[in-house]
Amino acid sequence: MSQTLQVFENARLIDPEAGTDSLGALAVEDGVILDRLPPRGQGDWIDCGGHCLAPGIVDIGVKVSEPGERHKESFRSAGRAAAAGGVTTIVTRPDTEPAIDTPEVLEFVNRRANLDSAVRVLPMAALTKGRAGAEMVEIGFLLDAGAVAFTDCDRAIVSTKVLSRCMSYARSLGALVICHPQEPGLSEGAAVTSGKFASLRGLPAVSPMAERMGLDRDLVLVEMTGARYHADQVTSARSLPALRRAKDNGLDVTAGVSIHHLTLNELDIGDYRTFFKVKPPLRAETDRIAMVEAVASGLIDIISSMHTPQDEESKRLPFEQAASGAVALETLLPAAMRLYHAGMIDLPGLWRAMSLNPARRLGLDSGRLTAGAPADLVLFDPDAPFVLDRFALNSKSKNTPFDGQRMEGRVLGTWVAGRQVFAADPGSPAA
Amino acid sequence: MTYRHRHLLGIEPLAPSDITTILDLADRYVTLNRASDKHGDALAGRTQVNMFFENSTRTQASFELAGLRLGADVMNMSMQASSIKKGETLIDTAMTLNAMHPDLLVVRHPHSGAVNLLAEKVNCAVLNAGDGRHEHPTQALLDALTIRRSKGRLHRLTVAICGDIAHSRVARSNILLLGKMESRIRLIGPPTLMPAGVADWGVEVFDDMRAGLEGADVVMMLRLQKERMDGGFIPSEREYYHRFGLDAEKLGYARSDAIVMHPGPMNRGVEIDGTLADDINRSVIQEQVEMGVAVRMAVMDLLARNLGKPMQTARS
Repeated sequence: MSQTLQVFENARLIDPEAGTDSLGALAVEDGVILDRLPPRGQGDWIDCGGHCLAPGIVDIGVKVSEPGERHKESFRSAGRAAAAGGVTTIVTRPDTEPAIDTPEVLEFVNRRANLDSAVRVLPMAALTKGRAGAEMVEIGFLLDAGAVAFTDCDRAIVSTKVLSRCMSYARSLGALVICHPQEPGLSEGAAVTSGKFASLRGLPAVSPMAERMGLDRDLVLVEMTGARYHADQVTSARSLPALRRAKDNGLDVTAGVSIHHLTLNELDIGDYRTFFKVKPPLRAETDRIAMVEAVASGLIDIISSMHTPQDEESKRLPFEQAASGAVALETLLPAAMRLYHAGMIDLPGLWRAMSLNPARRLGLDSGRLTAGAPADLVLFDPDAPFVLDRFALNSKSKNTPFDGQRMEGRVLGTWVAGRQVFAADPGSPAA
Repeated sequence: MTYRHRHLLGIEPLAPSDITTILDLADRYVTLNRASDKHGDALAGRTQVNMFFENSTRTQASFELAGLRLGADVMNMSMQASSIKKGETLIDTAMTLNAMHPDLLVVRHPHSGAVNLLAEKVNCAVLNAGDGRHEHPTQALLDALTIRRSKGRLHRLTVAICGDIAHSRVARSNILLLGKMESRIRLIGPPTLMPAGVADWGVEVFDDMRAGLEGADVVMMLRLQKERMDGGFIPSEREYYHRFGLDAEKLGYARSDAIVMHPGPMNRGVEIDGTLADDINRSVIQEQVEMGVAVRMAVMDLLARNLGKPMQTARS
């Protein structure tokens, strides 16, 4: 009766739900994971060669530059990049031009995504019109149109009154509000994190305390309104106690961090290398270590790529003037392998943060290897070494901070609902 | 005597021996500049372009004169007025200029790191004449030459730098240079004008002139920009002068033979008392200007000798 029956055998199964990393096999029928294996000879048996098979990555906060700046990234190129990076669901940001703040613009995004993307696309919508921080969007209509969360991205809403109303209204509809915790006054014009490095380079800087102040404010509003809240990026050790307290008090709060803040620090900026300019700016090494530990302990729930395509022109400028952001869909997995190889987080722990938790937060049933879950899968070799060449990336924009760096961890194959959307090369065991 | 760098982008990449090399040659150019025939030929046939993206009278004049004295063809480009306004990027401007085969490019730019960026894109030697709040290496070198000629050495001196450290590229370059030459550095100013992380710089920080100046051999005053005077960083000009302006009384806390320096242009009655600035027994401010021309001659001479030689990296 089955249209497609696949068995991934001889696989190192990374199960974030059970927290296990063990050899075994996994059967998939009609795009859904089965609870037992079929008899041998039935279906299509794929030898995974002992490599890792894990749920596909669910990446919250991907910028696809449609509408507005398709030369930087389109749904086609982002989809290819995601597939090559083992990302099976991209949750797109609304900080496009124009912002995704009406059901009509969201329809456009959905149509383009369905037409062109190799992986699943779930759009987020802006929280305020034009991301201007003044009037709330049509949260109800946008939910109906498929928005999975509401965020003004890196523009922190200045008016506490506006944000509290947005949260109250969102709460009544059960909508998830995602904020960028940052005190806007302190961080205005900043290009790097304040400290010795920033001062020696003579760059405008912001204290990491600005993040803590922003988070404190947001969490007080969550306490007032009862909203479902996610902090898109928590990057400073000083922010963690407030987060811990909010969770202990039972608030519906989660937090994310970008892969760059887990693998790079402010010194990587070196001689004004603008590919390392991200928002919030890269932090001190002590903060980086604290963030990795917070992910390992589960205090920080979600790792994102914060994929932000920028063209060469917007990066080839003096550091202060250069655009922020880095592409990361394809480098998320190998960069995360640095944490695994450093012995700081195990593979189930990483997949909890990259796949299970983001899926749960959005109410998806992916992110698991359990029977009944969609067969969104990534097969990868965590040890395969390579030197990253930015021009080999699938993204239209090539602004990666990892250019020329030695990395380990290669994606061999990616499946969305049981359909293979990426294969490393025809000779690989994934083919 | 060797100087193995392709550019002069800052003090940071220089070794103490590089600094000594520059200052020794500059000493000889001081002699030349004081002679009646001031002509050298070290830069004969060379083209020097001064690109100033930010207003400057003194530094630009000093570089221009230094080039002319060594026989270079000097061209001044005032960039605020030109193509930048038409939307051309810094890199395009650099590439355009590069195609005209200059040998020495002197650049001032309002953004930190902009001169480094430009240096990556051109074939000639690039001299940083001040980039944002980052570095102003020839100012630190001329200050060092002035100090060395006055004190006979650059090591084991106590140098107090006073004023707006946070926004000053002069302070950064001087701190780096004097640190490399093993002098002791004190920074004095209100906390709003101190850079973050200054405690990690290996300097002593004071917010009180009396404590900070005690026993100092050199007192270096910095200019306070007009736009920072009212309310934003300090309460008022007069309160600043009262607490941090250098006058004869405050100078009394320093050593009796301490010299007074200022990179210019001065705000008399804001950071320094006018009479003190003109006191030829204490103030070396005019000498700093003289040393500026000699140091710039020395640096351009050394960089011109390296033109066409293979160099290790763009950075150095």
